[in-house]
Amino acid sequence: MVPLAFLDEGARGKIVRITGGHGILARLTAMGFGPGREVKVVRNQMAGPLLVASGDAQVAIGRGMAMKILVEVE
Amino acid sequence: MEGTLITLIGNPNVGKTTIFNALTGLKQHVGNWPGVTVEKKEGEFEHGGKRFHVVDLPGVYALTAYSIDEKIARDFIVREKPDLVVDIVDASNLQRNLYLTLQLLEIGANVLVALNKIDLAEEKGIKIDPRELERVLGVSVIPMVASRGEGIKELKDAILKNLGRKPEPVKYPNFEPYIERLIRIIGLDGRLVKEYNPRWLAIKLLEGDEDAKGIVGGSPLRDEIMRELIKVKKELQKKHGDIELALADERYGIISKIAESAIVEREERMTFSEMLDEVLTHKYLGIPIFIGVMWAVFKFTFDVSAPFSDIIDWFFSWLGDSVGTHISNDALSSLLRDGIIAGLGSVLVFLPPIAFLFLAFSWLEDSGYMARAAFVMDRVMHRFGLHGKSVIPMIMGFGCNVPAIMATRTLEDEKDRLLTILVNPLMSCSARLPVYMLFAGAFFAGREGTAITSMYLLGIGLALVIAWLFRKVIFKGEPSYFIMELPPYNRPNWRAIIGATWSRTEKFLRKAGTIIFAGVVVVWLLSVTGPGGYLGSEALENGALLSKSWVAVIGHALQPLFSPMGWDWRAGVALFFGFIAKEVVVGTLGVLYGVGEENLPHVIAASGTFTPVTAYAFMAFVLIYVPCVATIGAIKGEAGWKWALFAVVYELILAYIVALVIVGIGGALA
Repeated sequence: MVPLAFLDEGARGKIVRITGGHGILARLTAMGFGPGREVKVVRNQMAGPLLVASGDAQVAIGRGMAMKILVEVE
Repeated sequence: MEGTLITLIGNPNVGKTTIFNALTGLKQHVGNWPGVTVEKKEGEFEHGGKRFHVVDLPGVYALTAYSIDEKIARDFIVREKPDLVVDIVDASNLQRNLYLTLQLLEIGANVLVALNKIDLAEEKGIKIDPRELERVLGVSVIPMVASRGEGIKELKDAILKNLGRKPEPVKYPNFEPYIERLIRIIGLDGRLVKEYNPRWLAIKLLEGDEDAKGIVGGSPLRDEIMRELIKVKKELQKKHGDIELALADERYGIISKIAESAIVEREERMTFSEMLDEVLTHKYLGIPIFIGVMWAVFKFTFDVSAPFSDIIDWFFSWLGDSVGTHISNDALSSLLRDGIIAGLGSVLVFLPPIAFLFLAFSWLEDSGYMARAAFVMDRVMHRFGLHGKSVIPMIMGFGCNVPAIMATRTLEDEKDRLLTILVNPLMSCSARLPVYMLFAGAFFAGREGTAITSMYLLGIGLALVIAWLFRKVIFKGEPSYFIMELPPYNRPNWRAIIGATWSRTEKFLRKAGTIIFAGVVVVWLLSVTGPGGYLGSEALENGALLSKSWVAVIGHALQPLFSPMGWDWRAGVALFFGFIAKEVVVGTLGVLYGVGEENLPHVIAASGTFTPVTAYAFMAFVLIYVPCVATIGAIKGEAGWKWALFAVVYELILAYIVALVIVGIGGALA
């Protein structure tokens, strides 16, 4: 398990856990980025937010939050 | 409220506003939800001989109690029990959208699905069978392309047909026995059953929802319900771990099955959107492109609006002259010409640039680019304690701070929002430009462009530094986490763009129109009267007469305050009235120096009351000091009196310090 923020551009992973409060968890889940979802890192510039895709949705996720999303790399 | 109550709900960017407008036409009104600054839109329409009252709910992804928008939407559906809930679903993003649909069905609402953007879905290679979706969801599904008006008639028919239905609840196989156990006890309280859907209450209790706990807390069976809840939760935790997570998982499991059977065709395509994103969100290209886009927006705004402003200017001076020559009573003709007509003219001259700027912004928003702008700028904004989304209201501030401050509503975190509001007046709005042009023309001939640009840069620099400082001192902590959907790029939907442009321009017109207009009339009144009574309209052209007016009294009273900067009483008067609206500074100086605005630069330069250094300090002071009355009103509306007052005080102090520093450095260099 690694934080989503550590994934390279183009890498895929499966969200395993989200630490950091139920507000964040509920929000991410509702947007299609909850535990169990397959995600693909579209942009990761090693500073600033990441661009992550899941299914047909694409969201920008701040780096701090991306550190709290733990994924299993495929 | 009369007629049948229906409500529109959906994720952000699903075309909800377009559908709302298509249903209600012009019969709508905008207000706020009680107690919060979230916009509430209501409208009406008639179909099949029935009257419908439509309430537009905020765009939400779910119905938890974690965000204001979601709470508003949920409370409305739970408490007001609309006869029909039209759930607008983005066909190009079916799975995520169905998450909200499931939650609506949980509440027990009478749901009708408007499956919008089927054209976009097909472009992405997704084909959905609406009949199959209807079958698995158990509610009617109307396929639409709302931006082209397709499916509106069918939607209206379906609304009529679906009244009074009660959809089947969604079953969550892994949780059913536990939900049942809770329902059995909740069901014993007649009042709870009458007012709420027991099944929804049970699910929310399992999720640990605070509101649901509050509702149950008022029941005489409170203790029994809570005891059972604790037992059920223990058993569930043993089986699934975190219950809220497990339930979300369960919902997504069901959604995957629904999507699987409803999506009949799917092929992977590199969409146009993805290609654009390759460039627009690029590591190195993103920010230069953003700056280029903004430059193009301002170039477009000022070039296109200039002739319109000229026409308005010309029209009002013609109107003033002809009114002046036709009315013989001096006081009345001066009130009309120099007060009312000149006042209206001075406000309306700003209408074209503001309207065109908002047009450009609404188009960028509608196209999806603004979300990318927030994405590429987040890194920069974050460094100064601001949020990526702060960038949009800040740039809008270059047009007019009033709608810009209202645009901060897209920021969910209260601290982020307040901070963005407080620094917004430092973004130099278009009303300050005439002041810079006047002084740059008078004292920096040949270098006007540099002098004016330096004011904009000073404003941006101060806004960032102040934001950083306030974040350190007042709003301690980090900006809230950044999460924002990047919708696919859209072809322009002109109806929506024009609608958004109009609603913003109207806010400027209404707020600024009334306040600035009243202000200019007050300036006129104080100029033509004095401690000795009415001075006559010549006071506006005759400096000697003017020095007997109330205006001069105010100016002399303020002069000691401004003497360190070397400004005379006339500068004090101009600044005093600039509080009404910054462009009034130019008009006031025109009156005080007794010349028209076209000759003003030469006269001020020749009068010797300013040196280039004190003039530059004056420009900076105008940039920074108190936001105009309309902006203060907007801050009060969005953040309350306390913060409006705070903004006035900090900006006055900052303006004074900056002006003193400029005079000091300028003096040392000279």
